[in-house]
Amino acid sequence: MSKPKVAFFEFTSCEGCQLTVVDSLQTNVELLDAIEIVQFREAMSEKGQDYQIAFIEGSCTRPSDEAVIKRIREQADIVVALGSCADLGGINAIRNYQDLDDVRHYVYGDKADWYETYPARPISAVVPVDAAIPGCPIDRNEFIAAVKEVLQGRMPQIPDYPLCIECKLKGNVCVYLRGKTCLGPITRAGCDAICPTYGDSCEGCRGMVSSPNFEYMRIVLEEHGLDFEEARAKMTMFLNYQMMELEQEAANDNAKA
Amino acid sequence: MTMQKLKVDVHHVTRVEGHGNIVVDVENGELKQCELQIVETPRFFEAMLRGRHYMDSSHITSRICGICAVGHATTSLRATEKALGVTPSEQTVLLRKLNFHGEILDSHILHVYMLVAPDFLGVGSVIPLAQSAPDVVLRALRMKKLSGDICATLSGRHTHPIAMTVGGFTHYPTNDQLYQLRERLDAVRADVEATVALIQTLRVPDFERDTEYIALHKEDEYCFIDGEIASTDGGTWPVERYREVTNETMVPHSSAKHTANQRQSYMVGALARFNVNHDKLHPKAQAAATALGLKAKCTNSYMNSVAQVVEIAHCIEESIEILDTLLERGVEPEEPAPATRLSGEGVGSCEVPRGILFHNYVIEEGVVVGANCVIPTGQNLANIEADMRSLVPSILDQPQEDITKALEMLVRAYDPCISCSAHMLDVEFV
Repeated sequence: MSKPKVAFFEFTSCEGCQLTVVDSLQTNVELLDAIEIVQFREAMSEKGQDYQIAFIEGSCTRPSDEAVIKRIREQADIVVALGSCADLGGINAIRNYQDLDDVRHYVYGDKADWYETYPARPISAVVPVDAAIPGCPIDRNEFIAAVKEVLQGRMPQIPDYPLCIECKLKGNVCVYLRGKTCLGPITRAGCDAICPTYGDSCEGCRGMVSSPNFEYMRIVLEEHGLDFEEARAKMTMFLNYQMMELEQEAANDNAKA
Repeated sequence: MTMQKLKVDVHHVTRVEGHGNIVVDVENGELKQCELQIVETPRFFEAMLRGRHYMDSSHITSRICGICAVGHATTSLRATEKALGVTPSEQTVLLRKLNFHGEILDSHILHVYMLVAPDFLGVGSVIPLAQSAPDVVLRALRMKKLSGDICATLSGRHTHPIAMTVGGFTHYPTNDQLYQLRERLDAVRADVEATVALIQTLRVPDFERDTEYIALHKEDEYCFIDGEIASTDGGTWPVERYREVTNETMVPHSSAKHTANQRQSYMVGALARFNVNHDKLHPKAQAAATALGLKAKCTNSYMNSVAQVVEIAHCIEESIEILDTLLERGVEPEEPAPATRLSGEGVGSCEVPRGILFHNYVIEEGVVVGANCVIPTGQNLANIEADMRSLVPSILDQPQEDITKALEMLVRAYDPCISCSAHMLDVEFV
């Protein structure tokens, strides 16, 4: 049986997830025996077009990238979103709640029109995506596990319970008890609670669980001293695209009622 | 016969970070067009920082780049600390320096072994080398893993660091972990020697073009964090006056801005640091430079990869020295140094793997209201194009395939980090 052909692509991103892929090979070199990488621009010159599995890093932030993403979808049997930018819109979507014209002129001044852009979107907003490996960056063990699942014909299962569960199992002192705020209660587990373990708080980079109580999350944040704007900022470092969708849904529901 | 007509269009240069195209157009033996087009999407980080709490800045800006995340975080923290009057402890300075060395090593090893070496060994990537030269690949992976583990021990992970915060750290390594790193660094010295021996066998293309080299400089060390801006053309500037050096302008074919100081262009990165600060290198790194035929002032841009190897030797030795100091004094968990005010402006500057980086923030009542980042690759773009314009006429007698390869290798030698640089502009703070 020939090895499945795999290609990596990136749109608006820091390429840190693909770098994590390279790093994951440090301890899993045998993976190269199981797959054939035909395209990985950051690491190799060859550009094979006959891949079955496509990993896409990065958000879609300009019209001209849509056709490229659609071509990848047409070619690949399986499309996997790699990391927060591809999965959620990620950090790129911070600017979605800012005035786009102002953003463009702030950075590029009177030359703003030279560079095309529009609000950042996850890959699933452009084409159907079969699976996602969340995180900023992805967790290298989760990546390896996901590749093994895909090779066995299964879709990788990402935890759908809050990070708090993992953090408790890890034996960490609750971030709130350390006098900081944390998005653990609404964020998907699966990262081994790495940020609270290293003394920081969860910033939500893996996305929200499927039924987040984000209104109550906001109340908890406000109870811990964050005003409305600060609470919103806290919740929109990685989650702004999801937040804006939820707010839109709520607005639509209100309009119906 | 010299080629009268030549069109090179390398769409999306490979084995570099980010998206760039090389476009060369020769008509009747005359160079009409010679550009490194930056087609990366604009990133807008400076705009996205506005309205955010100052504690968020380093976490957001580390996401500019997966390869130099620690460099962006460190530079960001220095900008915030200067703006808010924060003085980090001696221990924090030592831990940050060690973390920074971990990233310089990680990035240089990635570039030298995985992105550049395939050119010299006639393969398209490092993957076939796993079959033909497994010891070389295993060595690269071993060295890279150690570098990443330095960052993971100090800040949770290399991409993107967690425990680095304004005024210090939120997590501390145990002395036992530091001791283990010390042992592994000692063992990896043999790999550094093997790396120097390998690079000695590679023939670096002959190419000379004098330019201005710019790097951070300190009197008492080979500078990576803080210091003042220095030029091989003479002159020093405090980092707060970076705009007088960078003089950014925009060009239509690039979403990253171009820069120029005392000439049409300048170069930053490992070769520039070597040219400015070579006498501050560790003796073992100076010996590596001699063995590799690297002498200041070196004006062959292809030698940037060789200068990276010299810096690998330096950072391994200096990391061991820092670890000895840390182990001797013992690492004590401490609260981050506090902000002494909530409003102010600050400029942070570091020598990240690809060269000098600036972050400049204005903070009002704890909220970022203005931000400007000037990235190394942006500063190198005009110099890369000047190199291309100088190189192309001298190699027009070669087959197009060879010309294309020479140009790709030239761009790659700069180790460009394009997704970093695609969002630069001189911003006037209101």
